[in-house]
Amino acid sequence: MNAMAPITSAPAAAMSEAVFALTLALLLLAPLAFAGIALINTGLGRSRSAAQAMLGNLALGAVAVIVFALVGASFAGTLGTSEAAFHVAGKTWGVLGRGPFLMHGLGSATPQAQLALLFEFMAVAMAAIIPWGSGADRWRLAAGIASAAVLAGIVFPLAANWIWGGGWLAQLGANFGLGAGFLDAGGAATVHALGGLSALALVWIAGPRRGKFPREGLSTAMPGHNAVYVLFGCLLALVGWLTWNAAGAVIWLHAPLAALPGTAINTLLSAAAALAATFAVTRFRFGKPDASLCANGWLAGLVTSTACAALATPAEAIFAGAVAGFFTPLLVEVLELAISIDDPSGAIAVHGASGLWGLLAAGFFAPQAGQLTAQLVGIAALLGLILPLVYLLFALLNRVVAFRVDPDGERIGMDLHELGGGAYPEFVIHRDESYR
Amino acid sequence: MKYAGLLVMPAGFFLTLAALLLFPDPTRRLAFVVCSLVVEAMGLAVAVRGHMPARGANRP
Repeated sequence: MNAMAPITSAPAAAMSEAVFALTLALLLLAPLAFAGIALINTGLGRSRSAAQAMLGNLALGAVAVIVFALVGASFAGTLGTSEAAFHVAGKTWGVLGRGPFLMHGLGSATPQAQLALLFEFMAVAMAAIIPWGSGADRWRLAAGIASAAVLAGIVFPLAANWIWGGGWLAQLGANFGLGAGFLDAGGAATVHALGGLSALALVWIAGPRRGKFPREGLSTAMPGHNAVYVLFGCLLALVGWLTWNAAGAVIWLHAPLAALPGTAINTLLSAAAALAATFAVTRFRFGKPDASLCANGWLAGLVTSTACAALATPAEAIFAGAVAGFFTPLLVEVLELAISIDDPSGAIAVHGASGLWGLLAAGFFAPQAGQLTAQLVGIAALLGLILPLVYLLFALLNRVVAFRVDPDGERIGMDLHELGGGAYPEFVIHRDESYR
Repeated sequence: MKYAGLLVMPAGFFLTLAALLLFPDPTRRLAFVVCSLVVEAMGLAVAVRGHMPARGANRP
């Protein structure tokens, strides 16, 4: 049995006060997912950049929510009643919200709209910090903040409007009979795929860390500096994800309260299956399980669950998580060794690839006819439109605010270079062998 | 080459839109959407190939 009944694209009935209170409480715990990602981003970087990494998580999230409040929320169209749209072949293609700026009228909005807006605030902060871990040890704080502003002001609102704000992807069901339209209850597309693809664009533009890919031999191993941060971040992220997926099911799929335990169980199962798969793969590949790759696997399972936890049966959730956990360490390895992509946090594989896989899996698991096609159309929009758009915006931004720190700053570490002090002042700084 | 790949990807996306408009039959529509994703994947592969840094390089 699915976690919830078949989804309709019809407007939901008015929300009761009990459902409103529960969903609000769930959303107030969702920042634990943000905290988990922040710890993982920091732990997978080097010790000499730890303070800059953690401050960057906070600063990027802060700037993202401010920019989203100023302009992004208007374009997302959550509070608005009008939509900029094309009319092609007798169909309406909503592309951009035209809501009030600065969230004017928030107090008089419906409870559903207010919760949806709160969810989007959490989502935009999360989407903004996902690429930060990929740029660890070389991405300047100012450039990270500028990129967060671009994501929160332009890219995220576009995606949120198309998927959650009644835009053309949400209307695929009504316009073309494709299931219930593109489904993304937890932000697998708007948060994770967007964040992962942004990480790919960033890594392309900023390039690898110095010494990562020497002229001869394999790439240099640059392990994260604190596995405990990373693994504790995984535990924090689980709590955040449980609340995030449950709240998303209520807000975006209009799920009844009876469906929420199933959604939470599927979230847990997906993460557990992914961890088990990654554990087995790394044990087989390297002779011993790899802690940071297992953390990546766990997170990949959680990311996969954001798309399909509310739609899948427990067995399907285990399958989806296991697939994510099996392929994530392999993809991390391919990205680094075969195509020379230096992604310290693994965000491209964990958030990008697993987010896209989760969206595809949701198409297989959803009961409606045509849902798979709707999910594929959404994936095509993310890959074919959002990724080139992010790349273009980041490349232009790089000309204004240089993404990459100068070589001296990279050598002494981002903490000393950008903040004037390290995260661990009592540590003895030793010579880095990768600079030979 | 990297820009060529990034231009092929939107081309694949517009094929997806064409599939929605041109094929009312669900099976043909699904097949065409899958083909458009293959085009996007080819564009992504070209972009990835174009962005691969030379060994020993630290900047793109």
